[in-house]
Amino acid sequence: MLTIKNLRVAIEGKEILKGINLEIKAGEVHAIMGPNGSGKSTLGNVLAGKEEYEILEGEILYEGEDLLELSAEDRARKGLFLGFQYPVEIPGVPMVNFIKTSVNEHRKFKGLEPLTAGEFLKLMREKKELVHLDSQLTNRSVNEGFSGGEKKKNEIFQMAMLEPKLAILDETDSGLDIDALRIVSDGVNALKHPERSTIVITHYQRLLEYIVPDHVHVLYQGKIVKSAGKELALELEEKGYDWLKTHSL
Amino acid sequence: MTLTANKIALSEKYTALFHTHRSTLDAGSSSVLNRMREIAIKRFEKAGIPGFKNENYKYTNLERVFDKDYRHIFEYELVDVDLNEAFRCDVPQLDTHVVLLVNGWYYAKNQPLQNLPKGVAVGSLKQVANEQPELVQEYLNRQAALSDDPIVALNTAFAQDGFFMYVPDQVVVEKPIQVINIMRSQDPIFATQRNLIVVGKNSQAKVIFCDHTMSACDFLTNNVTEVFVGQDAVVDVYTVQNQNNQANSVNSSFFKQGTNSNLLSSVATLHGGLIRNNLKVEMAGEHAEANLYGMSFTDKKQHVDNFTNIEHAQPNCLSNQVYKYVLDEDSVGAFAGRIHVVRDAQKTNAFQRNNNVLLTDSAKMNTKPQLIIDADDVKCSHGATIGQIDEEALFYLRARGIGEADARMMLMNAFAHEVVQNIRVEPLRDRIDELVEKRLRGELAYCHSCDRH
Repeated sequence: MLTIKNLRVAIEGKEILKGINLEIKAGEVHAIMGPNGSGKSTLGNVLAGKEEYEILEGEILYEGEDLLELSAEDRARKGLFLGFQYPVEIPGVPMVNFIKTSVNEHRKFKGLEPLTAGEFLKLMREKKELVHLDSQLTNRSVNEGFSGGEKKKNEIFQMAMLEPKLAILDETDSGLDIDALRIVSDGVNALKHPERSTIVITHYQRLLEYIVPDHVHVLYQGKIVKSAGKELALELEEKGYDWLKTHSL
Repeated sequence: MTLTANKIALSEKYTALFHTHRSTLDAGSSSVLNRMREIAIKRFEKAGIPGFKNENYKYTNLERVFDKDYRHIFEYELVDVDLNEAFRCDVPQLDTHVVLLVNGWYYAKNQPLQNLPKGVAVGSLKQVANEQPELVQEYLNRQAALSDDPIVALNTAFAQDGFFMYVPDQVVVEKPIQVINIMRSQDPIFATQRNLIVVGKNSQAKVIFCDHTMSACDFLTNNVTEVFVGQDAVVDVYTVQNQNNQANSVNSSFFKQGTNSNLLSSVATLHGGLIRNNLKVEMAGEHAEANLYGMSFTDKKQHVDNFTNIEHAQPNCLSNQVYKYVLDEDSVGAFAGRIHVVRDAQKTNAFQRNNNVLLTDSAKMNTKPQLIIDADDVKCSHGATIGQIDEEALFYLRARGIGEADARMMLMNAFAHEVVQNIRVEPLRDRIDELVEKRLRGELAYCHSCDRH
């Protein structure tokens, strides 16, 4: 589904990703772990199509297509989803309009008719329940006045509405209490499907108790220094990221 | 020619014009208006057209537009206007009483309005001043004469006609009155329009001014509107400015509010050349409330300047201002907001905000708050921001499959929506939402549907 070959990325002249290689197959869950500043979020943003990054080298193939050639919106329409670490508040854009436009843009891309008002509301109700999103929140502007936990739930709610093929969840666990973490994880797990893949970016192992990865990669100073099965997450938690420093040297 | 010499020349130009046509001016109007002319022209002559040196006109050079040569219409001429055509330009689904003014004059073919509540008068200022001079005399120029703005004095010197509305005490005019101001001529003209609106005690009225042009000429309009909001009255005044980009205008509005009255003013500027809106509110009774909104969308070489001046003359009043600008290409905007809280106007609440989005490097915005507070127990605040489209928000929308152009549109609409949502006439609110969206998409001609220009 996704192949990243020797990806080198810089921002404002500073190299952040220094040759990433990664292969993700349909149905797999990959976790990317690493200390702060290792380039985890950069990887997520580059995949989603944020433009401020400079691609120095390498390629990204998404379902056989050159991902870097696609605009952010086309990537989304083709099934790539980024769950933001810090979802932005957009005053004046009502949640309902936003989600509706988003869903219908996806449908248009697939050659489908827009949902009727009834169909849309039904779908929204269903998916809101999935993440226990307070009904009142969808009457507000996008993320405006949402608590940290509500913002994260809202990301998973959007993911549920859009049913992406490849979801990248950037620190979806940060700032969540354990109940919210369970709800968010349940939401992610409910969407699991043999045709869908997930990249979970996280600092801590805790989330991976709920969303169990097939592969764990450790990103350190812009490189993947170690890849293994889910047991690697536990090992990291035990030994801490300092262990990596000596290990990778 | 030096600036000063030009200023004197300009002042002389209009003074001479006045003296040459004095008798025609008088003949085409009413004695109530005529008797104010002499003092007004003297006041104008002393100050002249305000230039950059005038602190109140720091950001807007009026000399440039007053310097051009225009034709003046001192005798009413009938310019036929197809009502349907005018309608298409405006707010069609809106159920309103419609009144047309053409080149500053009350249109002779206006049908008398049907089903107005008893005692309500709507019509030509000149005609009412002739028929019921005492009614007009009691209010006309009471607020405007207090102004030291020479452009207002120039209006008083030249004004012959305009829109008049009178609502007696205890009357609710439910249907909005829609005043369509049309400029139409094959040669550049200068129009002077004088409006007077009086709303009595515990009465309510909504007036919508739609400024349009129906030909592609250079125009200059100098409008003055006085609005008297009686005790416990509720008055909405909406203005939609959508003229061609060679049409320049100075619009000065004066509001006087009685005790417990509630005023809403909302100005949407879509197209036009140089536009200066002066808005003065005198809170003359306690517990009065004024909500003043403005939004401006400019591109090319448009220039829009809103100057507000709120006089908190009594305690316990509330004023709230929100002005928003979206500036594209080489357009220039200005906002200056003065709030004066007089010595004994305790418990005043006065808020002011001006937010601006610049879409290009060459667009320019000037913003200047001016709070003069002479009381000690008040809540006053002001804030101004100038920025670009929020790139983080743009990316967020795009990452959900919304195309870049649509995403930008959503964000700009959202920016304007804070102002639009305060419009208390629902069909007008929907219509303005639509006009704003069209304007932002570049689909709105300066006079929508008048595409033949």
